[in-house]
Amino acid sequence: MTSREARSVAVVAVAQTDHVRAADGLSEVEMLLPVLRDVLGRTGLSAGEIDFTCSGSSDYLAGRPFSFTMALDGVGAWPPISESHVEMDGAFAVYEAWVKILTGEADTALVYAYGKSSAGDLPEVLTRQLDPYYLAPLWPDSVALAALQARALIDAGGTDERELAQVAARSRRAARDNPHARLRGSPDAGTLLESDYLARPLRRHDLPPVTDGAAAVVLAAGEVAHRLTGPDRRPAWIRGMDHRVEPHGLGLRDLTDSPSTRLSAAHAGLFDEGAPPCEVAELHAPFTAQEVILRKALRLGEETVVNPSGGPLAANPVMAAGLLRIGEAAARIGRGECRRAVAHATSGPCLQQNLVAVLEADGPAEGGESA
Amino acid sequence: MNTAPSHEVLSAPLVVEFPFTRSLGPVQSAFLTGLRERTVLGVRASDGRTLVPPTEYDPVTAEEIRDLVEVGQAGTVTTWCWNGSPRRGQPLRHPFAWVLVRLDGADTALLHALDAPDGPDSVRTGMRVRIRWAEERGGAITDIACFEPDREGGTRPPARPAPHTGEFTDPVTGIVAHARLDYTYTPGRAQTRYLEALAEHRTMGERCPRCRKVYVPPRGACPTCGVPTREQVEVGPAGTVTTFCVVNIKAKGLDIEVPYVYAHIALDGAGLALHGRIGGIPYDQVRMGLRVEPVWTGSGRYPDHYRPTGEPDAPYQTYKELL
Repeated sequence: MTSREARSVAVVAVAQTDHVRAADGLSEVEMLLPVLRDVLGRTGLSAGEIDFTCSGSSDYLAGRPFSFTMALDGVGAWPPISESHVEMDGAFAVYEAWVKILTGEADTALVYAYGKSSAGDLPEVLTRQLDPYYLAPLWPDSVALAALQARALIDAGGTDERELAQVAARSRRAARDNPHARLRGSPDAGTLLESDYLARPLRRHDLPPVTDGAAAVVLAAGEVAHRLTGPDRRPAWIRGMDHRVEPHGLGLRDLTDSPSTRLSAAHAGLFDEGAPPCEVAELHAPFTAQEVILRKALRLGEETVVNPSGGPLAANPVMAAGLLRIGEAAARIGRGECRRAVAHATSGPCLQQNLVAVLEADGPAEGGESA
Repeated sequence: MNTAPSHEVLSAPLVVEFPFTRSLGPVQSAFLTGLRERTVLGVRASDGRTLVPPTEYDPVTAEEIRDLVEVGQAGTVTTWCWNGSPRRGQPLRHPFAWVLVRLDGADTALLHALDAPDGPDSVRTGMRVRIRWAEERGGAITDIACFEPDREGGTRPPARPAPHTGEFTDPVTGIVAHARLDYTYTPGRAQTRYLEALAEHRTMGERCPRCRKVYVPPRGACPTCGVPTREQVEVGPAGTVTTFCVVNIKAKGLDIEVPYVYAHIALDGAGLALHGRIGGIPYDQVRMGLRVEPVWTGSGRYPDHYRPTGEPDAPYQTYKELL
């Protein structure tokens, strides 16, 4: 689905926490609330003036049932608001909100996501998302599954350990310019390669940092988007967005490729004939080898800067890390630093499910409803 | 930025344990029963591939698939990684390799552990491995204890696996999947302040700066206005029963005689009711408007229950907004 003949929808405001190893002094709503205040403040709207609210989180992270209902305390849900939640990354909540606006049921949407991974043992917690018959009883942790994928890519000639170290070093050095990131700076690839394996072929630098954090965006349609963005910012128009899933059986998939990303990108308009290349790609690749796979699936070349924010290798608040990719790409367009960007989010083991959004600076004319 | 006195934030271990009882489809049942009988079954997909582990539905067309075949018990590693520090619940307690193995006759790979006593340098993609069966088997993926290097070689069965009925005596129809996750629970600033005051026999709420409502217990935000609540307000100690129920079912692990009364109690000065047990009065004499106060017992950090104060009942008008 593309938005070509439908309403134009833009990301008009972005906010996030300073991401930390453990926000253990704060409850989830206490961690989230300043981000909600910030993102709404940028638009001048109150929660009651937002047409639709959608969030992404998982009770498994903090081990707290119905944590998303507690998080709603931070929104201000009275009188009753139109609200929804996905037990997924907040990027998938953006998709739901985008569709809601495209249908004309809403003009504005607040989307937020948060994760306090520090409360549990994240690699172990993530085993509970796996097939309960054949995988979960073996407790294969998320690092092991990513390592199987990296090995498959290396053996297929798709990368080597040096390139993976370069991805890690480049990401964390880029994060020096990102005050919200958790890891800012890195030794060079050669130094990184001197460290021991953590889960051969992966070393510590190939893994994302365990992170607590939250993020939020506001979406708006057409004229409303222009009004809410303010004079010193521009809306980041969602040119298209799509998400696709692959089989859950790891052995059924080619782990060295991401056909679901490629198909999502095609539907999102990334490969449209005559479309200019993206200057920026924000990729939700928590493990280094996954960036290599995604670059290929998205056909990214030298002209595209990948993860100038540092990406999930610099801050990986699970459930918010994909939303942050959309937020970072939109913020870059909002500040006038680029005109076309692609954002990607993933869910499940080894890039099982993937979402791609194409964002552009050029939207409908002022006062117009469609491009 | 915080007007309240700072406290060290509370934390406590939290264990979440849950056994999931799951039923099996016919293909999964045949596969897991087969493992119990040291037989590995795959299923033929519509494109001719043999899927191991088998699925109930075709991964491409979503059709039901039922043509079972028996595949080999040795196979080839398609990818691997080293696990130097096995975690709780994983197949082996000593360092091992995770592997995806394509069994002979199968077109897809199965995830499991490879026992590689010679370490990571002895493992490579393409190596031959074979199943080591668990001594006790009950129809689960863990009936395969792990894989081990297949040093014999040359034992490959025919390329085309033989059809199998999938019928066994006493088939497995379900599994119980145990899960346990360990957390460190931290209630955050507002609830830490609340719990610490309670331990000192004081009930502290927080007032919303916008709507002025006093939340007890506080959660750090006004759910109506969506703004932080920071102003500390002591409420109670006495309060009014706004509504109640009589509990006739004994809860597991709870040492309270039934029937007893569980009530909503609006503490004096609070903007909403909290809930607690009513004691010190026969259950059938509890009523709306009853005035009660908290009772701490022993070294308890929170009230054990609430008992009547002996004051006259509160008029309905005084608490009707708090129902």
